[in-house]
Order: sequence, then C-alpha cells, then structure tokens
Amino acid sequence: MSSTLKDTILKQKMVLIALFIFLLSLLSLFIVQNVVLFALFLVVFIILLLRHLIHVTRKLYNLLGTRIMMIITVSMIFLFFLLLLTLLQGSFQIINDQSLAELIFSSNWKPFSGHFGLFAVIIDTLIVTAVSMVIAVPISLLTAIYITEYAPKKFRQMIRPFIDVLAGVPSVVFGLCALLVLVPIVRDSIAPLFGVSTSSGFGLFTASLILSIMVFPIIISLCVESFSSVPLALKEASLSLGSTKWETVKKVLFRASGPGILAAIFLGFGRAFGETIAVSMVVGNQELIPSTLFGPGQTLASLIASNYTEVSSIPILASALIFVALLLFIVVLIFNLLGFLVLRRASKRWKY
Amino acid sequence: MTKAPANQIETKTLNVSFHSNQVLKNIDIKIPAKQLTAIIGPSGCGKTTLLKSFNRLLEIQDDVKITGELIVDGTDIMKPGLDVPDIRKKMGLISQKPYPLPMSIFENVAYGLRIHHDKKAKALEAAVQQSLQEVGLWNEVKHRLHDPASRLSVGQQQRLCLARALAVQPEVILCDEPTSALDPVAAQQVEKLLLKLKKDYTVVLVTHTLRQAKRVADYVIFLYFGRVLEQGPANEVFTNPKSAEMKAYLSGEIS
Repeated sequence: MSSTLKDTILKQKMVLIALFIFLLSLLSLFIVQNVVLFALFLVVFIILLLRHLIHVTRKLYNLLGTRIMMIITVSMIFLFFLLLLTLLQGSFQIINDQSLAELIFSSNWKPFSGHFGLFAVIIDTLIVTAVSMVIAVPISLLTAIYITEYAPKKFRQMIRPFIDVLAGVPSVVFGLCALLVLVPIVRDSIAPLFGVSTSSGFGLFTASLILSIMVFPIIISLCVESFSSVPLALKEASLSLGSTKWETVKKVLFRASGPGILAAIFLGFGRAFGETIAVSMVVGNQELIPSTLFGPGQTLASLIASNYTEVSSIPILASALIFVALLLFIVVLIFNLLGFLVLRRASKRWKY
Repeated sequence: MTKAPANQIETKTLNVSFHSNQVLKNIDIKIPAKQLTAIIGPSGCGKTTLLKSFNRLLEIQDDVKITGELIVDGTDIMKPGLDVPDIRKKMGLISQKPYPLPMSIFENVAYGLRIHHDKKAKALEAAVQQSLQEVGLWNEVKHRLHDPASRLSVGQQQRLCLARALAVQPEVILCDEPTSALDPVAAQQVEKLLLKLKKDYTVVLVTHTLRQAKRVADYVIFLYFGRVLEQGPANEVFTNPKSAEMKAYLSGEIS
C-alpha cells in the first residue's frame, strides 16, 4: 500500500518536470538574477505541483475510503461476537446459580421465589412458531404462485405495493389488531368450533394466527421474487411437452425456485420465532404448557418483554432474561447455519 | 383417418404484436410435412416469435396479441376452446440454450411420459432408453441416469432436450437456433441428428447461420422485419432469389 502511494508521489514524470522547473527558477534567481523569469518559473512550478497534489489526493481518498469501509465491515463481524460474549457473560450468573438442566427442563418459572425453569416457555415457543408456519407457508406459496403465474399483468403490478407495505407495518400495529379483532374471534368462534368453550381468546393459537399474518408478506414477497427469476425458457420447455400450467408449476417451477422458497421459509421462521410485542399482547403470558392450543402460554421473546420491568426488584432475573436472550440468539444462529447448508444442497440438486 | 396433409403447418394472415409493437405481419406460409424447413433472416426479425406461435407458446407472455389462422394437420389451432397442452404435445421444442428440467437425466426424458400417463414403469424405462438412443446419448449416460441433468455438458444437455421432446412422440420438432450455444463438434452432432430426424418428423429450424440453412434445409422461409419475403424449396430460393433483400442476405451484405 505505502509503496504504491510512494510510487505515485515520486516516480512520475510530472514531479521530475516540476522539480526541473523549480531548479530553473532558482537558477534564474541566483545566477541569471532575473526576477521576472524567476516569478514565471515559480508560477509554473506551483501550478504543476498543485495539479500533481490533486492527482495524489484522489488516490489517497480512494485508499482511505477502501480502508474505512473495510474497518466498518470487519467491526460488523466483531459486533456479532461482542453480542454473543455479552449474552454469555450475562447468563453466567444464572447458569452458576441453577443447573443448566434445571433451567431448560423444568417448567417452574417463578422469579419471585427464585425458580427459572424455561421448559414450558420453550415448548410454547416451538408450538407457536410451528403452527404459524403451518398456516403461513401453504397460503403464501399459493398466493405467490397466483401472482407470478396466473394473475394478469395489471393485477400483478397493483398487488405488489400492498404486500410490500404490509411487510413494513410495525409489529405493534399487528398486535393491537390481534388484540381487538382476533382475540374475540378466537374466543367466540374458532375455539368453540374445535370444542374448547373455556378459551379467553388469549392463547397460543391467537399468537400463531397473528404471527402467520405477519410472515405472509415476507414469504410471499421472497417467493414472488424467486418464481419470477425462473427463466421463461424453462417453463416453455415443460409446457412444450404438453404439460398443463399447474403441472409445470408443481414439477418444474417449485424445484427450480426451491432454494428461494426455502430461504423465504427460513426467513419467515426467524421472524415468527423472534417476534415479541405482537405475541406478548395476545399469547396470555402464562409460563405453562396449556392443555389445548387455545389456552394461554408464553414464548421466549415475549417472556423477556413481559418481565424486564421486574429486573430491578429481583437481581438474578436479569441474568435469567439474558439467558433467554442467549437461547434466542443460539436458535437463530443454528437455524441460519442449517438454512445455509440446506440451501447449498438444494441448489445443487435442483439446478437447471 | 384421412391421409396426412402434405403441409403440416399452414398460417393465414398471422399477425403477432407485443405491446403495440407488431412483430409478425400477415404471415402466410406453408411448412411441408416430413421435411426440414429453415426459417432464416437477420436477427430480431421475428424468427423465434414465428416458431413459438406454432405451438401457442407465445401466449404465456404478457401483452401478446395474436390474430389469424394457424392450421396444423388441417385444424385451426387458434380456435378457442381447444386443449392447448394437447396441441403443444404434438410439437417438441428445442431452445437456443438447452434448459434441462431441474431433475435427473432419467426424469427429464420420462417427464412428458409421466404427465401423459403413457407408460407403465417397465415400459417407461424402455421408452426412455429408446429416446436416449435415438439422440445418441444412451452410451454416454446409461451409468448415471439418476444424476442431475445439469451435470451434463451443454452439448449433451441439448441432445437430452431433444430426447425429452422425442419421448412424447411429437409430429413436429421446432428448433430455435439449437446449435448456436454449442461448440463445433456438439453442433455438428445436433445438426446430423436433425437430418436423421426429418425422415420421421417435420422439422422446423430457426437459424441465423446461412451456411447451416444451406447444408440442411429442404424448404426455406425468409423473414425480414416481420414479413415473409421469400419461401419455397431450398435450391430454388438459394439459387434464384427474387427479392432484393434476399439477394443481399445471401451475398452477406446484411446478416
């Protein structure tokens, strides 16, 4: 790096010429003793020098820019480890205080009497996430297929902005709507339909429902993106063999955009798994495994949100919550890694 | 059944436009059965569009407007209410760059057969083998039939696409510059195959290499900015061109 910069500064004809002219000006001052000639040479020298300096600063800026961007990028990675370290360090106290097994496999969450069993919450989280994905994935896929393959062009162009806006709506808005609309519907119609008459409407199912609504736009948007990147010629190849549109979608489009669909599902999963405020507004906030899907429960992220106000009154609670955060972090990490591996396999297998 | 008509495909005042841009203007052509017809002309003159109109593949794109008659085997296939997949099944399509389906070599060839429920499992294998032999690919792939088709070389992929099309027993094979993405050896293989296939199939070949058309064509259609300026038996068109544009094209002034 320094050598190239040095090269630019020194090894240029411009510099030599400038120095030569400077020498001439000195000559004219001391030997010829002509002030006008001296001034003339000096002016030329300064102009050349300035031009050269501009030339050098361009490269200097470029070099600095590259370095600065690199430093910022590297510190992003550093941030990842910093976060992990903070979480590990913060949860050290609770892991020392209680056994790891008790934290994870006991369902007894009573912060005031010093019990921090997370089992029920972990199971609830998994149930809520799984149910929301079961609802969201098929519906989103069908929507995405309709948009890319069947909808007329005008309709397609019209519907995209709606979905994009939905994806950007703050989750508290979804939470509020769920509280005002979904909770009564689940209480009065859906739960009785499944034979549960005692539901308050606050529970795992309501949380799953609002989560699935929240991940729709993400999965739809990404799937539309990957469906429309399948080359027309591939679809033509399938259609020209006499397949119907649906056969082409099912057997060719799904495979060809398989990696994209998987990526969309992983992303939707991450969103559903970590969503906090909307869930905490409707899930019921009870740290137990309910007997039905319509009973109240608690998820990991929502647990942090509904307990952080007590941190100052129970000292070890802070550490327990950080441990919960660590769990969230690790699951997201593992899921990302898994996603990466599956994606790599899928794109090899379903290459076209 | 009546005797197959001498003209496999016939168009009457076929007009095609994308958005408001008319790509094909009043096309009236005849494509003879069991011969190799070459559609030639400069790039961007609607050759591919014409080819894809034959099996109604154009209409899957946005903003396409097609009018006129398109007669295949004596029926106007533009009439509403016809079963489009059945029409397409009659005509295999080989595209410029090979697009193997995202599945194994075997499944690529079996794809059409499975869709049409043509064969039982045993017969399916035999049919796949026969199609692969027909394009001279069997010996190269028989040990790895279940590998992803994308692992084949481009030349092999193109022959696989041909085998895939032949498996559903079409009457017509539509080829859209099938050799332009291939190396000379693979291109020659495909060209020889087309010559062999014209005994049993009607072959329509879009090409922008004049030399290829001269080597293989029985019948020639010359397209120039969306119009058919010349059509007829190859030796007639090549030796005795009528239009100034065709003369210019033959002499290499336009390409």
